[in-house]
Amino acid sequence: MLSRTAASLYWLGRYVERAEFTARLIEATIRLDALSPRPAGMGAWESALAVAAADHGFAATGEGLNPANVARYLTLSNDNPSSIRSCLDSARGNARAVRTALSREAWEAINRAWLGLRDRSSTGGTHATLALVDAVKAETRGFEGALHRMLRNEPSWFISLGAAVERADNTARLIDVKYHLLLPEGEMVGGVMDRDQWTTILHTVSAVTAYRWLYRDGLRPVQVAELLIHRRELPRSLAASVDEVVSHLNLLGKRTGLQGEADRMARARQATMARDSIDRVIAGGLHEYLSAFIVENSALDRAIGKQFRFA
Amino acid sequence: MGKRAAFDEIRGHEGGDAARPEFAALGSWIRDTPPAELNRRQQAAEAAFRQLGITFAVYGEAEAAERIIPFDIVPRVFTAPEWARLSEGLVQRVVAINAFLDDVYGARRIIADGVVPPELILANPQFRPVLAGARPPHGIFAHICGIDLVRTGPEEFFVLEDNARTPSGVSYMLENREAMLRLCPELFELFPVAPVDDYPDALHGTLRSVAPRGRSSNPVCVLLTPGHFNSAFYEHSFLADSMGIELVEAADLVVDDDIVWMKTIEGLVRVDVIYRRLDDDYLDPLVFLPESVLGVPGLVSAYMAGNVTLVNAPGTGIADDKAIYSYMPEIVKYYTGSEAKLPNVETWRCREPDCLRYVLDNLSDLVVKLVDGSGGYGMLVGPTATRHEIECFRAALVAEPHRYIAQPTLALSTVPTLTEQGVAPRHVDFRPFVLSGADGVTIVPGGLTRVALREGSLVVNSSQGGGTKDSLILLDRPQRGGR
Repeated sequence: MLSRTAASLYWLGRYVERAEFTARLIEATIRLDALSPRPAGMGAWESALAVAAADHGFAATGEGLNPANVARYLTLSNDNPSSIRSCLDSARGNARAVRTALSREAWEAINRAWLGLRDRSSTGGTHATLALVDAVKAETRGFEGALHRMLRNEPSWFISLGAAVERADNTARLIDVKYHLLLPEGEMVGGVMDRDQWTTILHTVSAVTAYRWLYRDGLRPVQVAELLIHRRELPRSLAASVDEVVSHLNLLGKRTGLQGEADRMARARQATMARDSIDRVIAGGLHEYLSAFIVENSALDRAIGKQFRFA
Repeated sequence: MGKRAAFDEIRGHEGGDAARPEFAALGSWIRDTPPAELNRRQQAAEAAFRQLGITFAVYGEAEAAERIIPFDIVPRVFTAPEWARLSEGLVQRVVAINAFLDDVYGARRIIADGVVPPELILANPQFRPVLAGARPPHGIFAHICGIDLVRTGPEEFFVLEDNARTPSGVSYMLENREAMLRLCPELFELFPVAPVDDYPDALHGTLRSVAPRGRSSNPVCVLLTPGHFNSAFYEHSFLADSMGIELVEAADLVVDDDIVWMKTIEGLVRVDVIYRRLDDDYLDPLVFLPESVLGVPGLVSAYMAGNVTLVNAPGTGIADDKAIYSYMPEIVKYYTGSEAKLPNVETWRCREPDCLRYVLDNLSDLVVKLVDGSGGYGMLVGPTATRHEIECFRAALVAEPHRYIAQPTLALSTVPTLTEQGVAPRHVDFRPFVLSGADGVTIVPGGLTRVALREGSLVVNSSQGGGTKDSLILLDRPQRGGR
């Protein structure tokens, strides 16, 4: 496979995953906003910007901090490189350059998602925004479905690898920001909690029901953190994403004979996580843990690029 | 254009609603399917094309950077005998084109024998002296030709243009058929139609057959595209995909010691055959345009050394040049020993004073073309041109007569086409694709029919608002029995 093709497929996977995550984030934020007594709802939107690493970008636009402006910035803005539109633009650009490596269904799903946003200039009211993110979620699910029906070889593995790396990053950012906002400095995890906030986190990774199945004793922050970090059963947990990265690297290694630094890093991370527990993580500082995870994840991303000669 | 109605391919010369007897079934289908239903199907096809991303870019139109070419739901049809006759003529023409290229880049007998004036070849910008002496495998230069044909009557077919460089449009032949099979299945019950879906296999076979000597057991073939901003990128990706070969850009290739390699995740892999969809000028900055960033430095040297086959070979533009075109009847006769089975359109070479005089006197009746223009640019259609356009062309002709040829305005045939006012005749042309490989010439029974959607218009180019139709070649006998 051409190196350029591999790089495009990997980034296609990352951008689709990012678009879907942003859509879920907006959906969960709208819910939280609606539940909170005004004007406290604004905090929900500020934290959404922080999770999407778009807070500085938004401030630079000079627009007023209100739900409509933030929703538009996260969804349709061309100035925001991680808006849903920008992600779908990039995803489609990568997909178009490597059309031959995609099945027709996979390409059509991406193209349809992109066409769906192309002529939108405003998110409209809350109702319209929800309809829009719903449509994006449906299209990205369609893409995942098509991906699972592609040939099980390098193209689908590179896309899945990109998606897993991105998912790990997104989930880590989500926990980090929410913990920051919810637990003011000095307050112990497990203290007073805002039930709606925690539910919002679970909504963002579509794990509300999963939580109830795995933990029977009600909503507790430590358990939410454990679910999102360590529980392999949850596809969007850090542990599950880390596993997925290892297995896709394995498949690629077996097919191409290319194994190296990326494999070593991914396996080391997997082994560390298996030994870890949520109590140890929290004792050592959750924020520090998550920051280190995000840094490690981008080092892994660079190692993957080097190993498969992306540049 | 004269007042006489053009020949309609389905309805004949008579006009009216009655179809030619051999197309009676199709005539009834057109008559009995309500326009609203045709319209619904046509829109379904266009929506599918948009979803597939079968788009093309029009240069200079930032807004409409990606558009689909309009698709017309009413097909164009050839009978088996018509197709057989066309095929013979096409094979003869393409054999002659390859013999001509082999000659002008080799012994140049045709010049020595005085058939074509030497300056027309040697001083032609399309002739690449730097390539002289290289002979690609089997002496084939133009592996893929798209010969543009027009028709003016039941038996009157003419070659309008020989596209021997990087002809495009074959993806429309294939996708239009897919759309027709899905949307109008009943049409294919009316009569047996020759399939076109083996074109990618035939093309792949042709590519493999012309691999360099010693590399022929399992050659690595790739398709070289200028990139996804190119107007024909969809076709490039479609063809590479259908053949299961890599779609590469220049940056994916590197030439070392006259050998071409592609950069893969596993390292460098040697490339044997390059189906390049990049014009000569951009192919290799060391030999042609030095500022080209789309090309691969050293590619031409690897070609000259015989280490890689370029499809089509560089320098084939000399064979489809409009000045050379006017000599094609002589060229065909010279190399094949018999008269051209497919005639040329009568052509006046403005470089010749007598012709120039005639052309200047009759501008409002003629079509005038730039010798090196394409895509419907740099062209005057006298009968529909304004006074001002004619005067501009007159000045240009007087200043640089050698850059122009002129042809009569042909009464191009029409085919019923879905318009806003229902089904009505529109002018068409036809581009079949002719493959030349080690095992001879192959023509998949079909081609690209382009239709001028504006009433009375003779310009079918997609960049000028033309559309496409499926082109059905009827088989001699029904394939399936019945009771």
